Amino acid sequence: MKGNETMKITTPTDRSIVITRAFDAARALVWEAMSAPELLKRWLLGPPGWSMVVCEEDHRVRGAFRYVWRGPGGAEMSMRGLYREVVATERLVRTESFEVAGKAQGEKLSTVVLADQGRRTFVTLTMLFPSREARDAAISSGAAPNYDRLDEVLASAFAGEFQKSASER
Amino acid sequence: MSYGKPIPGHLDATFTALADPTRRAILARLADGDASVMELAQPFAMSQPAISKHIKVLERAGLVSRGRDAQRRPCRLEAGPLAEATRWMARYRRFWEVSFRRLDAVLNELKSKDVKRLSRR
Repeated sequence: MKGNETMKITTPTDRSIVITRAFDAARALVWEAMSAPELLKRWLLGPPGWSMVVCEEDHRVRGAFRYVWRGPGGAEMSMRGLYREVVATERLVRTESFEVAGKAQGEKLSTVVLADQGRRTFVTLTMLFPSREARDAAISSGAAPNYDRLDEVLASAFAGEFQKSASER
Repeated sequence: MSYGKPIPGHLDATFTALADPTRRAILARLADGDASVMELAQPFAMSQPAISKHIKVLERAGLVSRGRDAQRRPCRLEAGPLAEATRWMARYRRFWEVSFRRLDAVLNELKSKDVKRLSRR
């Protein structure tokens, strides 16, 4: 199997993050893996030691979604929001509100665009935050809540996975 | 190291400083060695006071320090905040890389299922 495709993260404006990544699969399959709850639960696990325990999806305009992750010591975080645009296999726009330890973070607007790139699929994920501070905080969090005592454990777990991927390349 | 807090103030200054192409060019020049303001101003179509202003921003961000030599006061690149700024993004990046690698695995499985489904027809 080929190593993973190059992922790019950019911050084109003060309030945004754009992530791009090519996937070695047809657009319909990528769409399926990004929208079917039983498949989402298998890859959107959160940081090491966490898992997605609730995945509710109503893939329609004005439909709601809700994800809940559970981590070490029963800690929980969740994300919920509403779909604004749904164009099957092409484009998805939704609001997203992240909640960690009962504390809600500002609502962001998330857009996913899928495009053919030969036999592969090029995915562009754009996140628009309410403020620069909210954007920076999201990056600082590493997309996960921070527990100082666990930091070392998490870091070494990540380092292991990272080295594995580096050697696969 | 701790990550889950909003970006610390000094890093905020680092990113503001790095947002300008002239300032990035100054840092690139300083990576080759210390230089005076006059030397730094040379390649740019900019006055020395304008360059001095940029250097002050870099100094405030801790990216550049000034030598003691009263005449030249050479500028020096300080690598610490740059390394920290890179680390700041690193964990976020790894989170997505790890997630997308799992997605690769899911996609590979879906592809092989598709092949089986088609070959059964």
